Amino acid sequence: MNQPASAYFLEERHDPNETHTLSVLVQNEPGVLARVIGLFSGRGYNIDSLTVSETESHKHLSRITIVTTGTPTVIEQIKHQLDRMIPVYRVVDMTITGRSIERELAMVKVRGRGDSRVEALRLADAFRARVIDATTESFVFEITGNSSKISQFIDLMRPLGLVEVARTGVAAIGRGPEGM
Amino acid sequence: MTDKSNDPNQMTGAAMIVRALIDHGVQHIFGYPGGAVLPIYDEIFQQSDVEHILVRHEQGAGHAAEGYARSTGRPGVVLVTSGPGATNMVTPLTDALMDSIPLVCITGQVPTHLIGNDAFQECDTVGITRPCTKHNWLVRDVNDLAKVLHEAFYVATTGRPGPVVVDVPKDVQFAVGTYHPPRKSDVHVSYTPRVKGDAAQIRKAVALLAAAKRPVIYSGGGVINAGPEASKLLRELVDVTGFPITSTLMGLGAYPATGKNWLGMLGMHGTYEANMTMHGCDVMLCVGARFDDRITGRTDAFSPGSKKIHIDIDPSSINKNIHVDVPIIGDAGNVLGDLLQVFKAEAKKPDIKAWWQEIAKWRARNSLAYKKSNDVILPQYAIQKLFEATRGHDTYITTEVGQHQMWAAQFFGFEEPHRWMTSGGLGTMGYGLPAALGVQVAHPDSLVIDIAGDASVQMTMQEMSTAVQFELPIKIFILNNQYMGMVRQWQQLLHGNRLSHSYSEALPDFVKLADAFGCVGIQAIKPGDLDGALKEMIKVKRPVLFDCRVAALENCFPMIPSGKAHNEMLLPAEATDEATAAAFAGGKALV
Repeated sequence: MNQPASAYFLEERHDPNETHTLSVLVQNEPGVLARVIGLFSGRGYNIDSLTVSETESHKHLSRITIVTTGTPTVIEQIKHQLDRMIPVYRVVDMTITGRSIERELAMVKVRGRGDSRVEALRLADAFRARVIDATTESFVFEITGNSSKISQFIDLMRPLGLVEVARTGVAAIGRGPEGM
Repeated sequence: MTDKSNDPNQMTGAAMIVRALIDHGVQHIFGYPGGAVLPIYDEIFQQSDVEHILVRHEQGAGHAAEGYARSTGRPGVVLVTSGPGATNMVTPLTDALMDSIPLVCITGQVPTHLIGNDAFQECDTVGITRPCTKHNWLVRDVNDLAKVLHEAFYVATTGRPGPVVVDVPKDVQFAVGTYHPPRKSDVHVSYTPRVKGDAAQIRKAVALLAAAKRPVIYSGGGVINAGPEASKLLRELVDVTGFPITSTLMGLGAYPATGKNWLGMLGMHGTYEANMTMHGCDVMLCVGARFDDRITGRTDAFSPGSKKIHIDIDPSSINKNIHVDVPIIGDAGNVLGDLLQVFKAEAKKPDIKAWWQEIAKWRARNSLAYKKSNDVILPQYAIQKLFEATRGHDTYITTEVGQHQMWAAQFFGFEEPHRWMTSGGLGTMGYGLPAALGVQVAHPDSLVIDIAGDASVQMTMQEMSTAVQFELPIKIFILNNQYMGMVRQWQQLLHGNRLSHSYSEALPDFVKLADAFGCVGIQAIKPGDLDGALKEMIKVKRPVLFDCRVAALENCFPMIPSGKAHNEMLLPAEATDEATAAAFAGGKALV
């Protein structure tokens, strides 16, 4: 109860957080990514994952996939704030449409000899990870799937000599014949 | 190769900029020269369509352009150089973004090959201004310049208006390319602000309004931005429905202060009747306002029993602070027009006599009362006198930020939109003086008064020199209490009366200062001085610094203590030391 005196109303609301995946179609022009990221940092929104690449080069369109966490009100704000940016064409909440596929790719380096090396290879096989580089004492696995599958695989590799991980972040697309 | 030498659309980047200004009907720009904009200044020198107003500091140019825009409904245009010229514009740009003022700011930039080299007067202008503009551009190719300039004007003035920056490197200003006049394809296809409201939502809104027992209309700056027609429609809606109406600071003048349904401003320093009406209403129609924290007080106790209709052109304003039941995205004027049509066709004036009786009781509390004095000038009295003295004149008012701003909003009655220029969102001290310049440039024969405080006015005082140079007879009416009054008020109420650095130990003699600037200095010390001094101020056709010495320790009431709801206002008659302490002691736990 001993909060400082203030000209502002400081009490925060504590609605439960949700995680949403947003697909954002933007004009690929200089600074567009800085605008999007600046919006998130400037307004205190979370970025759990961010993936961006040009997807239709003849139209100069890029697709940004953002995974973000916030209360339902904040998520709604994020979508509106993104949508009103001048170079943004469309914002689609893939989590609300509920008919989307999300994938992430990771490269996982594991170092070890003997039993742990065999175990790593066996688990990689179970997770359908591919070996894309090998030495006598290491593997680099390539694994694709949803984020939780990748996280689970990484956790399993940790005691077996996990060296490092590179993850792409999430890409998402809707099911069925329609585009976004 | 074709010969382009006779093509009238072949010109330098600098010439394109001036040409684009002319094509967009720009008559005045505010600016300050420097190395990276000299080619543009050279073009300005050689023409007479666009008049350039030379300020004394770039911030002054920005606020002047804001005043110009706010008082005319047309975009304000600023021209400044790279580096410090651009960084000095950050405050006015942010101010314009917060208050939705259309500004087009052209900045010079170091030549393209030097960008990123830490060149002299280089800064990352688009990077720095990205979060404080609606959009901004760095133009690297002279052949893109025309398109970008036209798009800049379009973006600044459509949808929710706002500031834009076009950063033009010096080599692009020198380079020759092809200009084209404004055309539709100049605009991002991704930018399509929605103007017309959804018909089904409007129908829902009308149904709520028609069934209301305790309604209120709460309007804001969006109605002013939507143009004079929107204010007319708002007035008609009030007449047709018979509903009480209040407004935000930014919205004053959309509905006339003499209108019989007017409740006064709402919010932290709004009237008791406005806030109680908001608190107790069953249907709230919010038009072009955004449920700002100075308006709502504590959000979880804000107008708890009401259905809320929200008309706004910016979808991100919907449900940002307050959940609303019927959102309508669209231009305030356009939606009000449709809403009126449906209301007139399908509904009739609801009987809300009982509600008006209740409101009359709140009004009777006389929440703007203050103790008059024969010895010292009360600041409220000074503004009432100023208001009386300016009646019958074609008057525009600007303000700085602080107690004087709130008193001006409470005691100066505005009958028309576009007459009231104040920094609402950002709360920029130093806004009012240069804003008055801009207003006076747009309305050379009108009476333009900056209601100022002694602290604020010193932040952009140098612009008096601009006023003298361009013969702009602005009147700077300084309520001089020697304090940063609003800071002091908060320190008294919330920080144990420890007045940390809110007293100006050394103030300039404003009358002598006026003399030094070459304008007119007037002083009033006693209440009896005011009438004569004000008459003189209005009569003199030169810039005036009016030093109005007011009661030093007067505070601004009524007030919603921080962390409290609309129905917990502190009224002046009740604001004894004990009551104030009690109100804020409870509040302290909550703030």
